[in-house]
Amino acid sequence: MNGDAVLELTGLDALIAALIARGYRVIGPRVQDGAIVLDELQHAADLPVGVKDEQSPGRYRLAPRSDNAHFGYVVGPHAYKRVFHVPVETLFRVRRDGRGFEVTETPVDARPVALFGARACDVAATTVQDRVLAEGAHPDPRYVARRKDAFVVAVACNEPGATCFCASMNTGPRPADGFDLSLTELLPEPGVPHRFYVEVGTERGRAVLDEVAHALPSDEDRRRARALADAAVASMDKHLETRHLRDLLIDNPEHPRWRAVAERCITCTSCTLVCPTCFCSSMDDVTSLEGEAERVRRWDSCFTRSYSYMHGGPARPSVEARYRHWLTHKLAGWIDQFGSSGCVGCGRCITWCPAGIDLTEEVAAIRADVKAARGASKEA
Amino acid sequence: MSNGPSLGVFKFASCDGCQLSLLDCEDEILAVAKAVRIANFPEASRAVVEGPYDVALVEGSVTTAHDLQRLLRVRQESRVLVTIGACATAGGIQALRNAADVAEYTRVVYAHPEYINTLERSTPIAEHVKVDYELRGCPVNKRQLLDVLLALLHGRKPDIHPHPVCVECKMAGTTCVLVANGTPCLGPVTHAGCGALCPSYARGCFGCYGPAEDARVGALAGPLAASGAKPDELVRLYSTFNVAAPAFQEGQRLAREGGASK
Ligand code: SF4
Ligand code: SF4
Ligand code: SF4
Repeated sequence: MNGDAVLELTGLDALIAALIARGYRVIGPRVQDGAIVLDELQHAADLPVGVKDEQSPGRYRLAPRSDNAHFGYVVGPHAYKRVFHVPVETLFRVRRDGRGFEVTETPVDARPVALFGARACDVAATTVQDRVLAEGAHPDPRYVARRKDAFVVAVACNEPGATCFCASMNTGPRPADGFDLSLTELLPEPGVPHRFYVEVGTERGRAVLDEVAHALPSDEDRRRARALADAAVASMDKHLETRHLRDLLIDNPEHPRWRAVAERCITCTSCTLVCPTCFCSSMDDVTSLEGEAERVRRWDSCFTRSYSYMHGGPARPSVEARYRHWLTHKLAGWIDQFGSSGCVGCGRCITWCPAGIDLTEEVAAIRADVKAARGASKEA
Repeated sequence: MSNGPSLGVFKFASCDGCQLSLLDCEDEILAVAKAVRIANFPEASRAVVEGPYDVALVEGSVTTAHDLQRLLRVRQESRVLVTIGACATAGGIQALRNAADVAEYTRVVYAHPEYINTLERSTPIAEHVKVDYELRGCPVNKRQLLDVLLALLHGRKPDIHPHPVCVECKMAGTTCVLVANGTPCLGPVTHAGCGALCPSYARGCFGCYGPAEDARVGALAGPLAASGAKPDELVRLYSTFNVAAPAFQEGQRLAREGGASK
């Protein structure tokens, strides 16, 4: 770490202005259509001030808060993959030139982005997507172009949501790395105005902070930030036991729980499309009347039948196979493939599943059952 | 006139809205007319060229014995037959009568019911002849219509996705109205293609593209009931342009049973 600081409430606006002045497109949380989504910010007033979100499996509602908190909510339906791994884009155009084809790559909008108010799980998710899309043997140049200069202003979650389980996944609720600056909101107390405790993660973060009025934190500011982080961990109700999780799933592909969850699954794809790490996409080739062609890449999901369609039919015709594929890849196969779990514990797939399917419950049920069976076989 | 592939547009029981989508392709229609030979398109031209046709676009459902005779002929004369719109692909709104007494309807509605010569049921084209491609919607999306024509011209696969509308909501960044507002929405079981138009206006999807590839209405029954909608509201939700689609029939049955999942 490169030190710490405190920022008064007005400093938030100055920070956004400093980022804009440096040419960043500042992307952060905003209220839109009854949810907190990601959009461009111009001022601190664009943030969901005095708003909280109530989340539970299959349900999301906004409600007013009794205070003036600027970050008194958690993650909404949008994830930063919207920015770096965009939902749809034309990769290249092809035109016949008499003898063969002329291929033109379409330009990438690589204006640098500043993620403002990024939660620890989402910072971790971006690192996970980097591993997949930027650091493998075949990096996606379009992703890399959009991602490489991104500035990150993270924010610690003082009040985790009811579907959050980042503590289990070791990604939050307080951002540990992957940021330029990280804020902890300190609400006003008698004699102490509303302020933010700032941790500096990089030289670049320090340089931006230096453009904004700030002060050295008091020991009390530091103590409060630490206490809030500890309380946040303690208040988190949802857990996912990760011990031997990879083997548990790999070893139980025929467990009856897969069929039970498949009964409830609508195959709507919401879980995968809101997940900040899911990266699947499909290619569409489209042609114009003049014989020009375009290759378009768009988000896709392993929950659709058509996604696994090959010659002769889909590889995963049953819903059971699709749910198992998703969860086993996310929590187990990912570790073999990319060296970390594919889940950061953000809880989006739980909240935004219309059927309210909760992966932590599914895993716990399989674990309990396997454990009981093992106990029984030991007794026998 | 083009000497490209010949195109015939045929109408059965329908409102003409889908064929009008083709005329609605204002920027492209002239280019289309150059690329294909429009042989039969009463909404656009009185000139009629006899078959056979390379491509037939068929709008509307079969509701009379005469329709059926005509349809068999169209199929015989066409190399590729594409059905367009909810009437042709599912029987349309007029299939509401499939569950009613048609003789009684005609007595109530018409001064001279003896002039009405109609079948008991309104049925989709695919119930009678082989269909090569289906284009869903009420009306069809003109971009998709154009894409199918272009695909056939260039010998590629049309860019039509059978996945649910939820994919389109998520891609557009539209907040789920079912989860965030408790609005009953058929998006999870409805075929994509509209770009998730209704949810983007904070309305639930009312299924005008008909059932998606999986259309898990049984799994959606619980969440729909939990939204607070009454069983008869849900029956009505499933009883519009695709009322006779088998998956939506199942949705109506489950709603009547009070949302109990199968
Ligand atoms: S699997 Fe669910 S909880 Fe895990 S990162 Fe994805 S959306 Fe978040
Ligand atoms: S969000 Fe829920 S219902 Fe939809 S595909 Fe995922 S698990 Fe199934
Ligand atoms: S609003 Fe409807 S179509 Fe859109 S994601 Fe929600 S359930 Fe699916």
